[in-house]
Amino acid sequence: MQVHVDRERCQGHSRCYDLAPEIFDVDDLGNAFELGDGTVPPELHDKARLAQTNCPEHAIEIRED
Amino acid sequence: MTATEPGRVGDFATDFDHTDPAWVHDPYPIWEDLRGRCPVAHTDRYGGAWLPVTHEGVAAVAYDTEHFTSRSVVISNVKPGPLDLPAPIGLAPPITSDPPFHAMARRLLLPAFSPKAIAALEPMTRQLCRDLLDATEGRDELDAATDYAQHIPLKVIIGMLGFPQEDADIFRRFIHMVLESVNATAEERLAQIENGEIDAYINAQIDDHLAHPRDDLTSFLLSAELDGAKLAPEHVRGTMVLLMIAGIDTTWSAIGSSIWHLGLHPEDRRRLAGEPELLPTAMEEFLRAYAPVTMARMVAKDVELEGRTLHEGDWLLLPFPAANRDPAVFPDADRVVIDRADNRHAAFGLGIHRCLGSNLARMELRVALSEWMARYPEFEVSDPDAVTWSAGQVRGPRRIPIRILR
Ligand code: HEM
Ligand code: SF4
Repeated sequence: MQVHVDRERCQGHSRCYDLAPEIFDVDDLGNAFELGDGTVPPELHDKARLAQTNCPEHAIEIRED
Repeated sequence: MTATEPGRVGDFATDFDHTDPAWVHDPYPIWEDLRGRCPVAHTDRYGGAWLPVTHEGVAAVAYDTEHFTSRSVVISNVKPGPLDLPAPIGLAPPITSDPPFHAMARRLLLPAFSPKAIAALEPMTRQLCRDLLDATEGRDELDAATDYAQHIPLKVIIGMLGFPQEDADIFRRFIHMVLESVNATAEERLAQIENGEIDAYINAQIDDHLAHPRDDLTSFLLSAELDGAKLAPEHVRGTMVLLMIAGIDTTWSAIGSSIWHLGLHPEDRRRLAGEPELLPTAMEEFLRAYAPVTMARMVAKDVELEGRTLHEGDWLLLPFPAANRDPAVFPDADRVVIDRADNRHAAFGLGIHRCLGSNLARMELRVALSEWMARYPEFEVSDPDAVTWSAGQVRGPRRIPIRILR
């Protein structure tokens, strides 16, 4: 699984960082980005999906392979 | 059919008024009814205004900063004309600003409200919640609004600004004056602010911070730069006032609504007392179901919205709380489900004006509820009919009589 934050859509609600700090981080302005290259280990897949379904701006993209 | 009282609303589809007693008491059935048959309502009151009530309609407006301007975000009886307010800056940047200026004014403040900056304030917030609860020890009856919720955001912002806590009463009086003078226009209220005692007080604090800089929001604002120049003291003062107006009764409302809900729903209260790890999810559900803040926009250019044609200069009420109750987006929208996992609610807005204080508000709400539940896991609203709700664009309980069960 691969996650990506669309920086154009992200408005810094910080839901992803609250719910899954293992996958997302926020910059000094509070906008989010995925850690590393965005690869999510299997044990964190549910957390990644939870972050996605709680992002009010629909800014989190998930590619499941 | 009974005759409606003079001035009261008969049909919210054609004559809505967000200060009508029916709306103040319980707006949710009104929005549900409109969603089924409108979905964009209109009123001739306030010089003409529109009201979308679906999530889709509210989001469309929030995202469209070309056709909708934030120049005037509080609907009042005196509608400003196109040249009455400075665009794109507005009276209280960034909340009243449009692009491209908005981004600059917002960027300046974002670092002070980022999740990591806010996390540092948690111990102070927890302590002040405990102090407030200590003061209620031994009582069987208390008011969750006036003895608890009301004080938390006020004390936190005073702490952030680096003002002495003993001065909280000055601000309480000031905010009461600003928020309760409902018949005044936003501009009149700001004028009152400009002349009041608060100005002299803030100026003295600014002078003191200039002489003795320290690690607080006041010193941060005084050293911040916009376009390569330090902010003028008026700009710093204006920003402080905005933060107080935007941050206090909103957060107080969210804390109060949550305690009110728990005091009326013993099954939710018991579950949360037994499973405190549920709090982050439950709290988002309270924010969804009882979102306190409705914003407003003005139409900048003629535009279609869900089948209606809106004209330049029209007012529009932007009810994020109604978007949060739309069954097209939230299954069982009118039910409070404290373990609702998927929750893309819009309590803090959508798009570029996303609440700048959302990380702060969430921290305060989480800490306030966890401290309350730890101290008083067993309580109920003693007299549900005595609960009163604020009128206007910020909705929250202003009296919440509580009985502690022992
Ligand atoms: C539960 C509490 C709160 C709620 C529900 C809330 C809600 C909102 C909403 C819906 C907006 C969007 C405005 C728009 O679209 O026009 C907003 C903006 C804003 N809020 Fe909050 N707010 C809360 C607490 C706070 C706090 C604690 C602060 C700061 C101390 C704050 C400061 C601001 C500011 C400065 C803006 C303007 C941002 C911009 O225009 O870029 N709010 N708030
Ligand atoms: S939840 Fe969405 S909008 Fe919020 S920080 Fe994460 S990606 Fe950005």
